[in-house]
Amino acid sequence: MNLKEMHWRGYLRKNGSKGIRNKVLVIYTVECSSFVAKEIVRRTGNNDVEVIGFQGCTDNQYAVRLLIAMIRHPNVGAVLVIGLGCEYIQPKWLAEIAGKEDKFSNWMFIQKEGGTTKTINKGIKLVMEMLKQLQQMPQTDMTAEDLIIGAECGGSDYTSGLAGNTVVGCFYDSLIDAGGTAIFEEIVEAVGLDKFLETRGVNKQAKEEIRITYDKAMKYCRSVRQYSVSPGNFAGGLSSIEEKSMGAVAKSGTRPIQGVLKVSERPKHNGLWLLDTTPDPYWMQFGITNPNDNEGLTDLISCGSQMVFLVTGRGSVVGSAVAPCIKITGNSTTYKNLEDDIDFNAGPVLDGECTSTEIAQYLADLVEDVISGKLTKSEVLGHKEYYIPYKYQNKEVILPCRQ
Amino acid sequence: MERQKAFQIDCIDNVATALMPLKSGKVSLSGNVTMPFVNAEENIPMGHKIALRDIGKEETIIKYGIVIGRAKRNITKGTWVHLHCMKSIYDERSSHMDAVTGVPEDIRYE
Repeated sequence: MNLKEMHWRGYLRKNGSKGIRNKVLVIYTVECSSFVAKEIVRRTGNNDVEVIGFQGCTDNQYAVRLLIAMIRHPNVGAVLVIGLGCEYIQPKWLAEIAGKEDKFSNWMFIQKEGGTTKTINKGIKLVMEMLKQLQQMPQTDMTAEDLIIGAECGGSDYTSGLAGNTVVGCFYDSLIDAGGTAIFEEIVEAVGLDKFLETRGVNKQAKEEIRITYDKAMKYCRSVRQYSVSPGNFAGGLSSIEEKSMGAVAKSGTRPIQGVLKVSERPKHNGLWLLDTTPDPYWMQFGITNPNDNEGLTDLISCGSQMVFLVTGRGSVVGSAVAPCIKITGNSTTYKNLEDDIDFNAGPVLDGECTSTEIAQYLADLVEDVISGKLTKSEVLGHKEYYIPYKYQNKEVILPCRQ
Repeated sequence: MERQKAFQIDCIDNVATALMPLKSGKVSLSGNVTMPFVNAEENIPMGHKIALRDIGKEETIIKYGIVIGRAKRNITKGTWVHLHCMKSIYDERSSHMDAVTGVPEDIRYE
């Protein structure tokens, strides 16, 4: 099936974006209200009801921006925010933002509702009403031009650069050619590739954004004398961060890069974008760059990705909240070992059984099924992980002033 | 014995990736190949690199068509290319890792 000819039924949101799922998102604003929020979701027992939240009591601009991005996400149709009652993050304000997006919304303070049981019971009732309202949502036609797909890798081995990321790169090229949008990340895993990436910048502005993002990441790696490469990577045959980097960047394909996105920033137009998840320099120092795979997936989703790819060599079992996650491996042994968890095997390319163009076509077929409503393996298993840390990051790339 | 295989990503690469544990002997190449076979001169673990030609000291190691490091000494065609004979241009620390296990040797455990 050609991506250009594909079309599906999607959910049109007020901001013009189109969702491939129609979810109720339950948000906790502090660890103290997380149990109640998670119980509401668990007891509702519906795959379209999911939870995310922020654990800290003291707020953080980066985290608030991320929560708002999730509220505005096209896959979300309704929002219920649960607070304890004394934390910094304001559930009412978050619910109001959802309301302005024409999404069904409500909020509660556990202290005001009278405790755990009362809040859970009321929450379940509210969520059930929202699910009923969401059934009335009108559907709209959707094509590749409405799609944003994000990709990152985790647990890489030698097959990631040869097959797993390569198939994503190949698919990304056809998605871009069909007018769609793709996002890739992990600038700390692009060491030595500054000129390579810079040349791919579509114009002067994009090239400059790539340059300063790269320089910032290198400054970080040099200052901590640590690059994003581990003993397991070396034991698996990777000999340098440059080698690992090229394997990781392979997932971006070959099309021009439109510019650099910060976490929670939506692409300004269609095409291929690089996402910068590295903290910006600030008085609190750099923070943590790449704490785990789910942070990467959450960041990609915050930029509006309706679907994400996680490419793994050694194997992973995680999924993601808000947007379905397709897990891809280039390692046939890993696939056989984790077949209940991993959606797609790109290994046949290495076994010489098919070409990378053919395997990218099979991936496109799977993407089409998932957009049309087929659940990914992590969705079936209930893997809906997310990770929102404290971090300092600018809202957009700031280029140095010129005279 | 099963046919030994390695994968060459770009036609300008001077290394290929072992798709199985390699023993001394003939290895057939797939991918963007410049020659159908290379002779392995020693054991090479799966996922590790084999030299496709003689590489001189200080010469660059090329995989994916890009530079992934520099030779620390002369490397003979058909031999194993890893931390013992090549180093990163950026990450000085990685040349202090054990070539087989990858574990760091620059931190003292008393």
